[in-house]
Amino acid sequence: MPEVNDPRRGRVNSLQVVARATAGLWHGFMMVLWHLGRRPITEQYPEYKRSLPERTRARIILTRDPDGEERCVACFLCSGVCPVSCISMAAGEREDGRRFAPWFRINFARCIYCGLCEEACPTLAIQLTPFYEFCEPDILTMVAEKKDLLVDHGGKNHDYNFYRFAGVAMVGDKGAHVDEAAPVDLKSNLP
Amino acid sequence: MSAWTLGIVLLLIKLLVVLVVLLLLAAYLIYVERRLLGFMQLRLGPNRAGPQGLLQPIADAVKLLTKEDFIPAGADRVIFLYAPALVAGTALLIFAVIPFARGWTFRGQEIPGVVSDLNVGLLFILALSSIGVYGVALGGWASNSKFALLGAIRGAAQMISYELALGLALVPVVMLARSFSLVDIVQAQARLPFIILQPLAFMIFFISAVAEMKRIPFDIPEAENELVAGYHTEYSGMRFGLYFLGEYVTMVTLGAMLAAFFLGGWRGPLLPPLLWFFIKVFIVVFALIWIRATLPRLRYDRLMEFGWKILIPVALLNIIITGGVMLALRR
Repeated sequence: MPEVNDPRRGRVNSLQVVARATAGLWHGFMMVLWHLGRRPITEQYPEYKRSLPERTRARIILTRDPDGEERCVACFLCSGVCPVSCISMAAGEREDGRRFAPWFRINFARCIYCGLCEEACPTLAIQLTPFYEFCEPDILTMVAEKKDLLVDHGGKNHDYNFYRFAGVAMVGDKGAHVDEAAPVDLKSNLP
Repeated sequence: MSAWTLGIVLLLIKLLVVLVVLLLLAAYLIYVERRLLGFMQLRLGPNRAGPQGLLQPIADAVKLLTKEDFIPAGADRVIFLYAPALVAGTALLIFAVIPFARGWTFRGQEIPGVVSDLNVGLLFILALSSIGVYGVALGGWASNSKFALLGAIRGAAQMISYELALGLALVPVVMLARSFSLVDIVQAQARLPFIILQPLAFMIFFISAVAEMKRIPFDIPEAENELVAGYHTEYSGMRFGLYFLGEYVTMVTLGAMLAAFFLGGWRGPLLPPLLWFFIKVFIVVFALIWIRATLPRLRYDRLMEFGWKILIPVALLNIIITGGVMLALRR
C-alpha cells in the first residue's frame, strides 16, 4: 500500500486514497450495524451468578484444626502484613499454655481481599472464601468480630494441625515427632 | 370567547405541548442512545429502572436535581451560574422556527405547524447555534479549572472551523427555495427533497452540525479521556444536567433542521405529516448514535484542517455550481 504523504513515491492518486478511506469507513459502519443485531454478551448479576473458582478471594474466615480447636495463635502476622490495617486482635494464653486470640476483629469496609494474611498465617487459621455478597447499607456493620469469623471446619486444609509440628513442649525423645528425621550420630558423620 | 382570545389560548397550548414534547424527547433520547449504544457494543445498556429501563431518564432527572450544586473556589460565580442556561436555552429556542406539521384548523382558527414562521428563520438558527457555543466557552472559562479551560478553548477553536461551512452549506438551499423562512423552504420541497438536488450541501451541513453539537467524532471540547469532561468538568447537579439537556435537545433540533432543509420537512406519502416529521428526526438521531458507536475522536488540528481546507472550499464550489446550473436552467 502506498503511503499517502510519502514524497519518495511522488504524487499519489488522491482519488484512490478517497476510495480506500471510504471503503474503510463503510466497513466500520457495517460492522457496528451487524453488532446491533447480535445478542448482548452481558451476564446480568442478581439473576445469573457465575460460579467462582474455589480459590477466589473474598470474605475471610477463621478455621479450626481437626480436633475442633481454634487454629489462631494470635501471632499478629496477618495484622502486620495487612496493607490496609484492617485486622486487629489481642493475644492471650490458655491454662495449658496454648496461645489464642480473646478477640479478633476484621474491618471488611477496609479489606481489599489481597490474601496476604492467608499467606502470612503459620497455622492456616485465617483463610479467604469465595463468598462475596455481604455488602451493607451501614458501613459500621461491616466490622466482623471473632464470632462472625469463626467457622467449625478446617477450610481449605482439613487435616493440618499446627500443634502436631510446633508450638508445644517436646514429649519423648529426639526424632519421635511427626515427620521428624532420626537424629544424626555426629561421630559417625565424619568425612 | 372571541377569536383573539381563542388564538392566544391555542398558541399557549401549542407552546406548552411543543416544549413538553421537546424535553421529553430529549430525555428519552438519552435513554435511546444509551440502549442503542449498548446493543452496538454487545452490552444491554440501562435496563433496571422500570420495564426495559424505561424510567431511567426520570431516575436520572431526580438524581441530578437532588445533587449538590457545587461552585468551585475561584470560579467566576455569575458566569459560572448562567453559562449552562445559555446552552439549554438556545437549543430550545432553535426549535421555535422549525415547521413540524402542515398545521390544523380549530373552530375556524388557523394553527400553523410551527411555533413562529420567522422570515429570517435560517439566520435565527445560525445565530442561536453560535450563541450556544458561548455557553461552552464561558462555562469552561468561569470554572477556574485547567481542564475546563482547555475544553473551552477547544470549543472556540472548533467553532471557528465549522461555523463558516455550516452557513455556506445552507446557501444553496436558500438559493433553491428563494427564502430564509423554514416554512417556505419546506414548501419548496413539495416535489423533490433537497437532499437529491444538493447531496454535497447535505453532507457538509451534516458534518458541520455534528461538530457543532460536539458529538463523536468531534467531541473534542469534552474529550473525556483527555480532559476529564472538558468544559463541564466542574459542573454538578442540574447545571450539568442543563448542559446535557442542551446537547440532546440540539440532537432533536438538528434532526428537525436536517428534515426541514434537506429531507422535505413534514412532507411524505401516506402517513400523517407529524409522524413523517418524527420518523425523519429519528433517522437522523439514529445516524448520530451509529456514528458515535463507530468513529474515534479526531485531533482538533485535524478538524480545523478539515473544516478550512476541505469543507469551506467544497461548500463555496457547491454554491458556484448551484448558481451556474440555476442560471442555465432559467434561460
